[in-house]
Amino acid sequence: MSAMQSPQTLAEKVWNAHVVRRGEGEGEARQPDLIYIDLHLLHEVTSPQAFEGLRLAGRPLRRPDLTIATEDHNTPTLDIDKPIADLTSRTQIHTLRDNCKEFGVRLHSLGDKEQGIVHVVGPQLGLTQPGMTVVCGDSHTSTHGAFGALALGIGTSEVEHVMATQSLSLKPFKTMAINVEGTLKPGVTSKDIILAVIAKIGTGGGQGYVLEYRGSAIRSLSMDARMTICNMSIEAGARAGMIAPDETTFEYVKGRPHAPAGEDWDAAVEDWKQLHTDEGARFDAEVFLNADELEPFVTWGTNPGQGVSLSENVPSPEDFEDENDRKACERALNYMGLTGGTPLKDIRVDTVFLGSCTNSRMEDLRAAAQVIKGKEKDPDVRMIVVPGSARVRLEAEAEGLDQIFKDFGAEWRFAGCSMCLGMNPDQLAEGERCASTSNRNFEGRQGKGGRTHLVSPLVAAATAIRGTLSSPSDLVNAPASV
Amino acid sequence: MEKIVSHTGIGVPLRQSNVDTDQIIPAVYLKRITRTGFEDALFAGWRRDENFILNQEPFNTGSVLVAGPDFGTGSSREHAVWALKDYGFKAVISARFADIFRGNSGKQGLVAAEVAQSDIELIWKELENNPGTTVTVDLESRTVQCGSISAPFQIDDYTRWRLMEGLDDIGLTLQHEEDITAYEAKRPAHKPQTLPARTAG
Ligand code: SF4
Repeated sequence: MSAMQSPQTLAEKVWNAHVVRRGEGEGEARQPDLIYIDLHLLHEVTSPQAFEGLRLAGRPLRRPDLTIATEDHNTPTLDIDKPIADLTSRTQIHTLRDNCKEFGVRLHSLGDKEQGIVHVVGPQLGLTQPGMTVVCGDSHTSTHGAFGALALGIGTSEVEHVMATQSLSLKPFKTMAINVEGTLKPGVTSKDIILAVIAKIGTGGGQGYVLEYRGSAIRSLSMDARMTICNMSIEAGARAGMIAPDETTFEYVKGRPHAPAGEDWDAAVEDWKQLHTDEGARFDAEVFLNADELEPFVTWGTNPGQGVSLSENVPSPEDFEDENDRKACERALNYMGLTGGTPLKDIRVDTVFLGSCTNSRMEDLRAAAQVIKGKEKDPDVRMIVVPGSARVRLEAEAEGLDQIFKDFGAEWRFAGCSMCLGMNPDQLAEGERCASTSNRNFEGRQGKGGRTHLVSPLVAAATAIRGTLSSPSDLVNAPASV
Repeated sequence: MEKIVSHTGIGVPLRQSNVDTDQIIPAVYLKRITRTGFEDALFAGWRRDENFILNQEPFNTGSVLVAGPDFGTGSSREHAVWALKDYGFKAVISARFADIFRGNSGKQGLVAAEVAQSDIELIWKELENNPGTTVTVDLESRTVQCGSISAPFQIDDYTRWRLMEGLDDIGLTLQHEEDITAYEAKRPAHKPQTLPARTAG
């Protein structure tokens, strides 16, 4: 039977188009396929040991022309023209610079117009395109799946493998369809969709799967919003997330610096139009979600699956039947300093973080700016706004968004990962509570002892005004807290 | 990579589910640029608590970690595996591993043995009642042995073979370099390249 003739899912199509060599053997004993990699993204944290390995083995970098690097994870977001204060951060950055020079890799350094979070930079340059295989030593590489690419987060030894061979040995994944039909209510965003998906299937629910997000609610989303969804696929344990490319995708890619042009463009679009799951193709699992019913979502616990609608209460351990879930809830409440039964909207925060590869693109900044424009920030809340890339920062400034944030009393920072993981000085203090548009609410993720609630940019903005977890609709229906 | 067919060492019971890689090695330790020397970083947050299992004898000299389900979730950082290995662990036992962590382990010569939770409960009891009991993880027979408990474990054939042969990934792939070159020759012309660099100006 030819695999090409039977109906295929999107993920299978991209996979099959990249097989360099089929694994030998059958069934359980089958060896992995060797898969060609179209684009390899590098940053300072997971690359030094890979470069070191290459050097130690005397191996060249096979395709510098399919490789690009940026500085993001521990770059400062203030005083970027000064030497990086933290010695180890500085060493990592300088090591990346030396390595890129030695191996001929294109690098966008701090201060460069194209510098930024690796997953914001790729799409923005037009390097992320439909049907590609994209890898990076970073779990949120799944972001690029929004273009109908198969985008995988990999470990450092795989980074070295791709450097040396431009390929990866991979076992085929299972596929899961996430069907989201309906229309989102105003104030509900793609962030709420993905938080609801993770709450539904759990942080392990996607394990071994490539998720394909489908349905009318997904089709109506912009590319920025689609990236937010695919970005967090990894938080459901999935290997990758994908969305079939369509006119919205083509429109986004067209005219970007590395987009195909002329005849190449026509040939590319011709190829890209094939990139959808065929009628009759079978998924290994399916999940359904009704977009009409969704509300702004927020996490209360210490993993991204511990989330509920903002209008609900913090759950209590007794609410869970499973012994492990009950214990996890107890532990999470303890860490988060919360009591079961508390309305989420009564929870006061100290910090609001708008940023990270989940929500730091133009649309995110615009959405938040629209909510806060002309409003006053709660005086006890600090708000940090970190654009995903230097380019986003420039664009936002051209639109005057920076002024809106500054007038509001928020800090307008330079691009990078920042408080998403607290590797640079942007960290929460012990016990500090944060409404964050990032993707992980793990213990200590944003700083030792810091407490994270994952939210959408709209909820982040409304929360900065009221000082308690809020959505924009709360601003209309209730008087602002004074 | 060192060959590993069977390993016997002191078992360390870690009664904790969903141990994510931020707990295994907090982000601040990722700034290093070397491949070794991460032993102090392992569970750094938890090790500040003197009651933590690795702060107790004889568990501090353990080499087989027996953890709750969903071990290694979260960030893809391979440092998690390096930290475990640098500390002296040769094998981790759990009912379920995060995919990336499992993949990273196989490549670094750390055995990730998937054992049923009911067996893990028994092993935990044995290790807690008799601290210092050794656990044997045998790849040949795919079994773990602890006191009188013997339990099968799951590991995929390919990873098992590589662990037992001590085979390095890149060398394996480069045996097929011709296939890679052939593939490259037929890639569509419209696929993007990063060089020469273009920007929006
Ligand atoms: S913004 Fe956060 S999640 Fe995204 S790449 Fe940076 S550290 Fe990772």
